[in-house]
Amino acid sequence: MNWRNYRRQTLVTLLLLALWGAFAAASPVSFGSARLYRSFMSTIPVTTILTLGMTLLIVAGEMDMSFPSVSAAAAFVFAWGYARAGFSPWAAFAAALAAGALMGWLNGLLVVVVGVPSIIATIGTQFLWRGLALLLSDGVAIPLAQVRGTSLYQVFTGRLGVWGVPAQALWAAGAAVCLGLLLNRRPFGEALLFIGDNRKTAEVMGIRVPRVRVLAFVLMGFLAAFAGMLATLELNNWWPTQGDGYMLLVFAAVFVGGTSAYGGQGTVYGSFVGSVIIGIIEAGIVSAGLTGFWTRFVHGLVIILSLSGYALFARRR
Amino acid sequence: MTSPYAVELRDLWKSFGAVSALRGASLALKKGEVLALLGDNGAGKSTLIKILAGVHRPDRGEMIVDGRPVDFRAYSVSQARAMGIETVYQERSLGERQPLWRNVFAGRPLKNRLGFIDARREKAETMKLLADVLGLKGAGLHADASVLTLSGGERQGLAIARAMYFDASIIILDEPTTALAVSEVEKVLQFVARIRKAGKTCIFISHELPHVYRAADRFALMERGRIAAVLEKNDVTLDGLMRRLMMGGENDELA
Repeated sequence: MNWRNYRRQTLVTLLLLALWGAFAAASPVSFGSARLYRSFMSTIPVTTILTLGMTLLIVAGEMDMSFPSVSAAAAFVFAWGYARAGFSPWAAFAAALAAGALMGWLNGLLVVVVGVPSIIATIGTQFLWRGLALLLSDGVAIPLAQVRGTSLYQVFTGRLGVWGVPAQALWAAGAAVCLGLLLNRRPFGEALLFIGDNRKTAEVMGIRVPRVRVLAFVLMGFLAAFAGMLATLELNNWWPTQGDGYMLLVFAAVFVGGTSAYGGQGTVYGSFVGSVIIGIIEAGIVSAGLTGFWTRFVHGLVIILSLSGYALFARRR
Repeated sequence: MTSPYAVELRDLWKSFGAVSALRGASLALKKGEVLALLGDNGAGKSTLIKILAGVHRPDRGEMIVDGRPVDFRAYSVSQARAMGIETVYQERSLGERQPLWRNVFAGRPLKNRLGFIDARREKAETMKLLADVLGLKGAGLHADASVLTLSGGERQGLAIARAMYFDASIIILDEPTTALAVSEVEKVLQFVARIRKAGKTCIFISHELPHVYRAADRFALMERGRIAAVLEKNDVTLDGLMRRLMMGGENDELA
């Protein structure tokens, strides 16, 4: 084992422990109670799943700015299908995931076939899907109180065991394991790494570059839809601006986790921990007795510190 | 083993928009020879080898590999590799920020029974390859190291070794000595000698005539999208080859 290859992972783990230590010292009561962790486990999974999908895209040298809208539009498909069109909850759920994958596929086509740079193409589709969701919903929320009793709700956002562990936490952990294997131990993941490193190299290695790039967008769309579904089920509600708050948090989590903005380098583990770091900051600040206004400031501090840390200590050589 | 030729290219045409890169290029490669492909920038060398390597598809023409015609509609980089045609590019043969073991096996992974990449086996094979190809230095290197830690000559060596590992029968070297220090060039020429010793066929593209002259058995001169002449090493001196190349350019300008 060559520990030098794991410097980034070590750094992000230390950062999480330091933050947790600081919060626990500042408010031992809240950070010693199971309630706080249960609440973390109900909210952070949405960020985690989005962060994991974004990590794979950024590793391949692409971006997706449309995921908040894709989440919301896919969840709208569920809400509309279930509450208005009378689909069974599982059928509506499957339709939402398919819609997410389809929107991701369209992003992929715009980028790979039409040739629009991904950051610009997905800013376009970000407006498009949000606009469509607003039009179709007349800009009003769709309450979904009746979903609570369904097996769908139980499977994805129910509370499990004596500790009442939110099911979405297990889904996020499972997604991390699967995507970690996909990135590190499947040819598809290796293709993402080489495409992000140098697209020409990937080509001459016989990697089917266009196909892999499109599939990466499809995967991101699918995961955005899944994250949107977790948020919708958790809150029993769909609302038109859903997902907007995640944009910067997700990018922050990816980069705090040590993924390179240049592509070709990034880890699922780092992003997982990065999403937890970003997720505990707000709660930590509030329970430490500071005002919520500190949240953004501390986010900024953590991002700058971690990125400087990578730049200074974690160079690969 | 029926044909004396490893590969025959017949009357290849290729244009990119208004630029015609190949205008009826024909070339036959004998089995086990090192053939140097020479010519000015824009003569069509790189287009020719990219067709051979499966990167580009010609507009017209034929390609016959070991006596069998190739269907260009189904021809790709992975197919070329599967047929034993392997290219070592000047710069982009390796993913610089990826570990050595991934570079050896990307696109052709060793998998375990569950279909996952068997990283442990790939690393072990890479370690063997490094020790074998790069000698003592290679033994000190780890398969986990990134390509950035290798010198230019070592990178070419690894790419050539990778081609030999996968038992390529035709190895194309695209300017393998350009931008290398003298001592590194020497290493690369030794790798070329190894390719010949192993009985493989090799196309060597280079602007550095002295390197090419040492390494090759025959010289194909390209001019304006065609093969203008093919010379045997016995028939031409290094000076003669240089003169021929310069004259070729002048004749073209007069024409």
